[in-house]
Amino acid sequence: MTEIILQGLLLGGLYALFALGQSLMFGVMRLTNTAQGDFIILGGFFSISMVAATGLSPGLGLLVLIPLAFIAGYALQRCVLNYTLGRDPLPSLVVTFGLSIIIQNFLLEMYSADPKSLEAGSIALASFSISDLTVGVLPLLTFGIAVLATMLLQALFSYTSLGRSFRAVSDDREAAQLMGLKPAIVYAQATGIAFMLIALAGGLQAMRTTIAPADGPLLLLFAFEAVIIGGMGSFWGTLVGALLLGLTQQIGFRLDPGWGIWFGHLMFLVVLVIRPQGLFPKTRG
Amino acid sequence: MQAYDVIRSNRFSKALPWLTVLLLIPAVSLPAWGESSWMREVVEIACYFLFAMMWNLLAGYGGMVSIGQQAFFGFGGYTMLILGNEAGVNPFLAIPLAAMLTTLIAWPVSLLAFRLQGGYFAIGSWVIAEVFRLSFANLHWVGGGSGTSLTALRDIEKATRESTTYWIALACIIISIAGIYLFLRSKRGLALLAIRDNENAAASQGIDVQRLKLAVYLIAAGGTGLAGALYFVSNLRISPDAAFSVNWTAFAIFMVVIGGLGRIEGPIIGALLFWFLNKFFSDYGTWYLIGLGLIAILVTLFFRDGLWGAIHRRYGLSLFPTHRFLKPRN
Repeated sequence: MTEIILQGLLLGGLYALFALGQSLMFGVMRLTNTAQGDFIILGGFFSISMVAATGLSPGLGLLVLIPLAFIAGYALQRCVLNYTLGRDPLPSLVVTFGLSIIIQNFLLEMYSADPKSLEAGSIALASFSISDLTVGVLPLLTFGIAVLATMLLQALFSYTSLGRSFRAVSDDREAAQLMGLKPAIVYAQATGIAFMLIALAGGLQAMRTTIAPADGPLLLLFAFEAVIIGGMGSFWGTLVGALLLGLTQQIGFRLDPGWGIWFGHLMFLVVLVIRPQGLFPKTRG
Repeated sequence: MQAYDVIRSNRFSKALPWLTVLLLIPAVSLPAWGESSWMREVVEIACYFLFAMMWNLLAGYGGMVSIGQQAFFGFGGYTMLILGNEAGVNPFLAIPLAAMLTTLIAWPVSLLAFRLQGGYFAIGSWVIAEVFRLSFANLHWVGGGSGTSLTALRDIEKATRESTTYWIALACIIISIAGIYLFLRSKRGLALLAIRDNENAAASQGIDVQRLKLAVYLIAAGGTGLAGALYFVSNLRISPDAAFSVNWTAFAIFMVVIGGLGRIEGPIIGALLFWFLNKFFSDYGTWYLIGLGLIAILVTLFFRDGLWGAIHRRYGLSLFPTHRFLKPRN
């Protein structure tokens, strides 16, 4: 039992990294990125290519990829997504959904449908034991990164001027504009940061397991569930939501391998019924 | 005091009954002179069209953008198959029955989905569709993950089966267009248009917004279930991955956005265009899909009211007018 809980929490740590970017983008600009999962997979494949092309170690390769991801996210928001924002959710949904289809098929064309993974070397297999529990080093590291990322993101929101501008445009776009903020740029910065998290999540997912071009939508659903369970606008909430989701799936998998993900979805729906605002809501829809 | 007339038609829409009759004569008699591959193609496009029409009703008129309508498509298909294979109902009769049962299941589903709004409603619906897919994939008596075949049609002769399916498809097209057109021109339709334009203002005029939204959701679910039942009567083989594929909704979004959201003509134009593109370009596989995604993005960014919207703006052309205009009397 302790082992299931531990594995579930470690899995949840990775889900938290999937979800933080989504939480950030929705919190700042109410944008639902339906291509979230596909961007994670894209990040995973790019990290594989990056490591293969430069011969860097996987960790170092990821560190190079993350600033590039910021630029990509910034540009995407500035040049495309900013033009889809508004009261009507349809344009942003259609555009990100279109991006999702484009990314999946682009990956299929470039990398074929075969699952691939990022060879992390000895760290991928390393593990240590506490009494009768075996803990993998990589999952534990991922969990640590997730907690650290949540902490940094929350600190960025609470204590920096960038975070203040995020909160300002989130609360009242027009008033923020009158105070001299440029929402178009603030949004682009938020998406840039979200894409750094996406690249990180993609690289770690590719190290932990194999990735394939069609994997994106499932990751999107996990990210989305974590955000809703945790409550919109709360990063710690997102982390808790992700841990709960990982835990539920792990228990489900242990009961019957065919029903693990089903159990996760079901837990999400139950939360939706009894606490639709999520566990720790901050932002109002 | 100036008196006004309410104008609800134009010269194009007045020609509509004649146009319909003109199109119906060859369409109804197709089984007598056409090839069976044509009938299959019409049935397939009818299913895509029906799905898109219902998505347009939901998103374009009800303001509920969903990425989970495949839940009802697949449920309609499976219900028809279970009624036919297990309960011994004639599969053709099972089509409308499946649509009704889909409407019924959509009611509890709506209680979940309506807890979310906007973009989160869209993805939440997708999660619900996945729950449907995974549930059917774990039901071993309908073939589990690999699916099963519709054996109930075994004893019916191929030509009879094909022409009956074709006529049902044709009826579905006509009933869905006529039904939505008449609904939108009715008092409730006017209320729906008001909700789409401004929910708060509509509510302040005494419209029960939640009830009407629920009604639209249930109708859209039933229509989508009808499309699913019809598709798998024609296809004879069902699997969870085919029935609950998100591509169904993706293609519907494509058709509606290209054709023109919130217009009856939109899905018609969109479905015809999709059929054309599918016929000539689907061999390009991944590049074809990349192209579809790109078109949807470009249209959303630069031509937000789609093809028919552009035609309407340029020429004032409207085959199915749902607007009311005031014209001074004399």
